[in-house]
Amino acid sequence: MESSLNFFTGFKFQDLLFLGEAAVRTLLISGISIAAGTVLGVLFGWLLYEGRIFASATLAPVLDVFRSIPLIIQLVLFYNFAPIIGLSLDPFACGTIVLTVYTAALAANVARGGIEAVAIPLRRASRSLGMTYWQDMIYVVAPIGIRAIFPAWVGVALGVMKDSALVSVLGYIELLKASQILITRTQEPFLILAVAGAFYFALSFPVARFADRLEQRWSQ
Amino acid sequence: MDYNFHWRPVFRDLPELIEAGLVTLQVAVLSMLIGIVVGIVLAIMRMKGTAPARWVAVAWIELARNTPALFQLFFFGFGLGAFGLHLSPFFIVLSGLTFNNAGYLAENFRGGFQAIPETQMRAARCLGMTATQAYVRIIIPQVFRIVYHPMTNQMVWAVLMSSLGMLVGFRELSGETQFFASRTFRIFEYFAVTAVIYYVIVKLILGFSRVLAMRLFRY
Repeated sequence: MESSLNFFTGFKFQDLLFLGEAAVRTLLISGISIAAGTVLGVLFGWLLYEGRIFASATLAPVLDVFRSIPLIIQLVLFYNFAPIIGLSLDPFACGTIVLTVYTAALAANVARGGIEAVAIPLRRASRSLGMTYWQDMIYVVAPIGIRAIFPAWVGVALGVMKDSALVSVLGYIELLKASQILITRTQEPFLILAVAGAFYFALSFPVARFADRLEQRWSQ
Repeated sequence: MDYNFHWRPVFRDLPELIEAGLVTLQVAVLSMLIGIVVGIVLAIMRMKGTAPARWVAVAWIELARNTPALFQLFFFGFGLGAFGLHLSPFFIVLSGLTFNNAGYLAENFRGGFQAIPETQMRAARCLGMTATQAYVRIIIPQVFRIVYHPMTNQMVWAVLMSSLGMLVGFRELSGETQFFASRTFRIFEYFAVTAVIYYVIVKLILGFSRVLAMRLFRY
């Protein structure tokens, strides 16, 4: 019989796979939320732009609420609110919904900025050439507006990707939660946190750099 | 819908929640003040420093900006434990927030410094000021005017980020709420009230910063 009992086991290769799987989950939940949130955000941004006084009296304060309350509180609130209205959601669905709305709230302002970035005379000119409202939107506003706000949108998307770590409070095992589980077992916090941090960094840093580069090139 | 809302326990604990809100505000303000100082130093190090100083600044800034705030808190909370350094929950949150704030603010300050014409510095030096005097009296006041708005935003972010203290056992507004909620199982009610308190805090900060801006930037 062994003289001492060891409760903790070392860091193994399997654990790396476990972390990898969790990283995929992080990518999945943030990818879905960013995609859905952006679509919703563009819609809200358009409403904010076209709705004028009505939208700034109704939609804007609502979106503002999502930006003024910590995401973690929003997650806990919605997770506990869903059963009250009779929805049974798993942590993934719940996290996706909250992150989507959160992304939309952030992206709406960005999208409105994009529409505002297009000079009004330019749009009048396109309408004078006989373009319909939607043709003007698609062929004139979109190409110029998207270019103006792309770096800001990348910032929002990366922010949501990083904030997706908070979904762990609902029990969804994404990268940071997985690393916590491993830390509890292996008692090697530094190594595991370094791996998890390196993953986020490797994802975020090149994209941020790329967006900076684009911003510089387009501003010339 | 067969759920009965019970708001009474929440209102009973409301004074304590508001007190916890002050703790949140306190840690956010403190992390902001230290973050501003460190941020200025990092920005200058990144622009004017020697190679090693520049690397330190770049590493700090990019790590703070490209990893989740929660990761940074965990790092200060558990990661440093590997070196036998165990911080109290208050210092975990304070150091994590300060690290994050300093990284973001450094980039704001760098933008601000670059917006000041070189000639300002030269003119100040010509008038016989030392480099430090020139920075403190001429450059930094102008930079503050440029970064005032981003700084306000960062302050709001600091308040929102401090809610992560709940996950490292710090009893600020969120942590306190969780404590009460798990005692009474009125999770929704407690967190709803907490959400309102956060909203009020954020609006107060924005209002205060607007009034302050009117006082500071009259000319």
